[in-house]
Amino acid sequence: MTNPVRDATRAGPDYRRLIEPDRVHGSLYTDPQIFADELARIWYRTWVYVGHESEVAEPGDYVRKTLGLQDVIMTRGADGQVRLLLNRCAHRANLVCEAQRGNARSFRCPYHGWTYRNTGELIGFPFNQGYGGKGQIEGELSLAMVPRTASHRGFVFASMATDGPSLAEHLGEAAGEIDRLARLSPHGEVELTAGWLRHRTRANWKLLAENETDGYHPQFVHGSIFSVTSSPIGALYSDKSAAVTRDLGHGHSENDLRPEFRRAGEPMRWFGTTADRVPGYVRAMREAYGAAAEQILVEGAPHVMIFPNLFIAEIQVFVIQPVSAGECVQHSTAVQLAGAPELNRRMISQSVGSVGPAGMLLADDTEMYERNQAGVAQLRPEWLDLRRGLEREQIDQRGLKVGRATDETAMRGFWSHYLSLMEAV
Amino acid sequence: MRLAEDRDADLRQIEQFVYREARYADEHDYDAWEALWTDDAVYWVPAGGDLADPAGQMSVIYDNRNRITTRLNQLRTGRRYAQTPPSSLRRVISNVELLGSEGNDALVGANFVLAESRERGVVTWAGRITYRLRWVDGDLRLAGKQVLLINRDQPLPTLAFLI
Repeated sequence: MTNPVRDATRAGPDYRRLIEPDRVHGSLYTDPQIFADELARIWYRTWVYVGHESEVAEPGDYVRKTLGLQDVIMTRGADGQVRLLLNRCAHRANLVCEAQRGNARSFRCPYHGWTYRNTGELIGFPFNQGYGGKGQIEGELSLAMVPRTASHRGFVFASMATDGPSLAEHLGEAAGEIDRLARLSPHGEVELTAGWLRHRTRANWKLLAENETDGYHPQFVHGSIFSVTSSPIGALYSDKSAAVTRDLGHGHSENDLRPEFRRAGEPMRWFGTTADRVPGYVRAMREAYGAAAEQILVEGAPHVMIFPNLFIAEIQVFVIQPVSAGECVQHSTAVQLAGAPELNRRMISQSVGSVGPAGMLLADDTEMYERNQAGVAQLRPEWLDLRRGLEREQIDQRGLKVGRATDETAMRGFWSHYLSLMEAV
Repeated sequence: MRLAEDRDADLRQIEQFVYREARYADEHDYDAWEALWTDDAVYWVPAGGDLADPAGQMSVIYDNRNRITTRLNQLRTGRRYAQTPPSSLRRVISNVELLGSEGNDALVGANFVLAESRERGVVTWAGRITYRLRWVDGDLRLAGKQVLLINRDQPLPTLAFLI
């Protein structure tokens, strides 16, 4: 395993030479040393999405998550607070939690029976006379807590750095997209309680992050499913689409489909249905939001990639877990909206059809990621081209870069932020 | 009361049916495979460690009859890239047991091991299948197939062929 502490201090690649405004070098996807640098400078420094508060709804609930390569236990204490603990006994470094999820007030290491409260505090160690009796080591030994944890609308992010920008600063303009998702719930709350699919992917994590808001590929990669379902999605990502690709800053980006939905002006079109097919939901939204409901129901859900690993694709949430330079795991689930049972079952059904290892969309994306990883191992022409739409890029009223629906504005934003992190040693 | 030899004949017919279904899937004979299903079909590959209500939880596959057709139609385009070219497949179905019956439906259990070869390498899939087979005019049809992968609680590679 790579050692991020050692790697952070070594003289490494000159990232400014590997990342240019309109192209990036292929080694960024294949070099294990670069992956080690990414762990130190991105995954163990910046804010990374870990889990959702609804996954640990009750005191004592816990679920195992990952943060970079770290095995993290997300727990909710008796005080209601959500904490992130590293899964490592302070004694001999055994895993203290083996189950994927459960409810427990404490974790007992199976190796020598050391017991920790779900806040991380050491509360028991057998044959304590060997340590001079109770009360001698508790203050010094505990489960490690991830240094910084913060949440936005229940989405829990963590940073392994003790200081740095706040989560609000990191999210910046992307926070509004999470808000937009939550606003689709009559109660204003998203829940991620439908369970997760985990898809093993033999590709570098960045190929996924870049693809999430690439509006150029859908017609080609997903042409097979669009053609047999007469799906309207393809048209949203065409040369004629009014949708835009927006660089939200800090590596975040979106495909803003609202111009297309506003043009149609039909409630629930974003969900591929009409208001009369989901009357209970539409009524609940109108009661909750009054006149503002119409706009929410027309504009629908965001399609936003939040750097480095959270992707909200309208009705699905994806999390990218890096494993090595050539491998990652995609986690996916259906969005569930509090107070919207009529929509929730449909969102699960649609998501099961679309995402995961057998998904009629994502299996083909994943095939592309894996072929891309094989392709980038070829030594020439060395570079991946990012210039699409550079000449027609504009600055919108919010001061953000926008491109057309199929432009590579989002990728350029990703790499610009990536470079700033990789250079900040 | 049914005679023992009738039951033996039924079991032989059931075994022949599940072997045939396996061969159609292995050989990407989408038309023949599709024709096995009843209109109330459920093709279910659960995900995760616990078996939960598939309407309320994510599954790897949870297809009704319409979605089976959509899945097959996508494969038939030849541009379902996760199956272009199709995986080379062979599976062994074993330990076939008649678990019970409900009306005209026989509930049948079996184990399977499947080798899948693609450019990325060979993947071994294994698990437990529970079939719901329906007697229709003396022949069998497939009303339900649940595939419990042994590694469904772990990250899975792409599964775009018919399992």
